[in-house]
Amino acid sequence: MKPAPFRYHLPATLQEALELLAELGDDAKVLAGGQSLLPMLGYRLTAPAHLVDIGGLSELRGWELDEAGLRIRAMARQREVELDPDIGLRFPILHAAIAHVAHAQIRNRGTVCGSVAHADPAAELPATMVALGATMVLERSGGRREVPAADFFQFHFTTAIETGELLTEVRIPSPRSGSTGTFLEISHRKGDFALVGVAATVVADGDRVAAARIVCAGVAPTPFVAVAAEQAVVGRVLDDATLLVAQYCASEGMSPTDDFHAEGAYRRQVAGVLVRRSLDVIRSQQGALSA
Amino acid sequence: MPEDPATSSGGCEVIELSFVVNGEPVTLSSDVRVSLAEILRRDLRLTGTHLGCEHGSCGACTVIVDGLAVRSCLMLAAQAQGADVETVEGLARGDELDDLQAAFREHHALQCGFCTSGFLMSLTARLREGPVVSEFQAREALSGNICRCTGYVGLVDAVLSLAADSGKEPLK
Ligand SMILES: Cc1cc2nc3c(=O)[nH]c(=O)nc-3n(C[C@H](O)[C@H](O)[C@H](O)COP(=O)(O)OP(=O)(O)OC[C@H]3O[C@@H](n4cnc5c(N)ncnc54)[C@H](O)[C@@H]3O)c2cc1C
Ligand code: FES
Ligand code: FES
Repeated sequence: MKPAPFRYHLPATLQEALELLAELGDDAKVLAGGQSLLPMLGYRLTAPAHLVDIGGLSELRGWELDEAGLRIRAMARQREVELDPDIGLRFPILHAAIAHVAHAQIRNRGTVCGSVAHADPAAELPATMVALGATMVLERSGGRREVPAADFFQFHFTTAIETGELLTEVRIPSPRSGSTGTFLEISHRKGDFALVGVAATVVADGDRVAAARIVCAGVAPTPFVAVAAEQAVVGRVLDDATLLVAQYCASEGMSPTDDFHAEGAYRRQVAGVLVRRSLDVIRSQQGALSA
Repeated sequence: MPEDPATSSGGCEVIELSFVVNGEPVTLSSDVRVSLAEILRRDLRLTGTHLGCEHGSCGACTVIVDGLAVRSCLMLAAQAQGADVETVEGLARGDELDDLQAAFREHHALQCGFCTSGFLMSLTARLREGPVVSEFQAREALSGNICRCTGYVGLVDAVLSLAADSGKEPLK
């Protein structure tokens, strides 16, 4: 299998990469970990004239973890982020979500930012970023802007990234005190994309839920915020009755379509079940919340 | 040398590559579109690395690059510039199988052998991170590769036998 011919560029600095992207415009694609792009090139689902490999940019490696939160740069590999114990402690939901992405061999190359930029509707990380209230930092030659995750994902494989822009960083704010979260999913086999995934975070105030963010992957073109389920838990104790109400509210407004992998009705059902289970995990993690 | 149609670039960009394979420095020029797997098989004749699906699903092409198990079908050779690459050919010392290979033979961890090199490389990288002592860990370590023949039982036994050899009792 061979991609259609392309020219390969390996910029040495971020500045150079941004100038290349500005100059080449729509004819160029960014190559990060290549774990989604290379299969697409192989099948010739895309055939850009130029590939701009950002793998050589030391400025884009790694992440910054401090009081303010976590800033994951463009070339931080999924597996590095997954294995970092400090990130796991501060952002258990991110750790749990990454562990569901493909296999270790793919996560060794795939980047967190690449998954976000690719915006597969069944991918774990876009939903997780919405649940964590992340902000995407987009840079272009001579400019930069920040887009909240909730506005970033626009449609299947479509984001706010414009021609000439590079997603240089995903910023995740420090969780509020008393907050905890988890990521659960159902997939055909381990490592497959989610049939349905649920990223849930809850902020506790005493034994009650002060705030909740519940986001589903795999049920809509973009991450689906289960607003009705969130409303069902806010201000309440997470007892079994509340969990059941959240389960039945979760799919309100959700209209997943039938596809090769599963029927829409199945996805709605599973989304509700996963919402309940994730709240169950959260109440066992956060002692005060267990009624 | 007459142009070999298998290696000619067909008018595509040609780049110079150099990296280390199984301890030996290698320098060659290639059409930039080519995957690391194809360079290994076609140019270096290291055909122990197999290509099954060529889209990341099966794991047959797994090699170790800079210490990490990766899909060589999902890496442009250009992305391996300067890297240290290990393939299945690097495991045995001459005619002597390494411990993992010997355990595969002992425990019938292969039938047709198509998947074997990929499993060996995934597991080699995994075992360097620490021992695999439970069936759960073994299945986790095997989960990124597909075998159509064995049903995985022999593979699990082979991995766990290494823990037993090291004096740790496998937890079943
Ligand atoms: C067998 C297999 C199973 C997989 N299973 C899963 C799964 O279960 N869940 C899941 O979420 N993913 C899965 N993936 C995809 C994997 O997570 C990819 O790593 C990820 O989608 C893309 O990250 P990447 O760094 O490899 O990006 P690339 O493949 O390099 O790029 C992907 C796209 O994003 C663009 N892009 C990348 N980085 C940037 C950037 N910084 N700025 C702007 N644009 C950018 C590229 O131009 C391209 O269009 C799987 C892949 C394979 C091969
Ligand atoms: S050939 Fe590379 S994963 Fe199947
Ligand atoms: S031995 Fe035949 S595929 Fe594994």
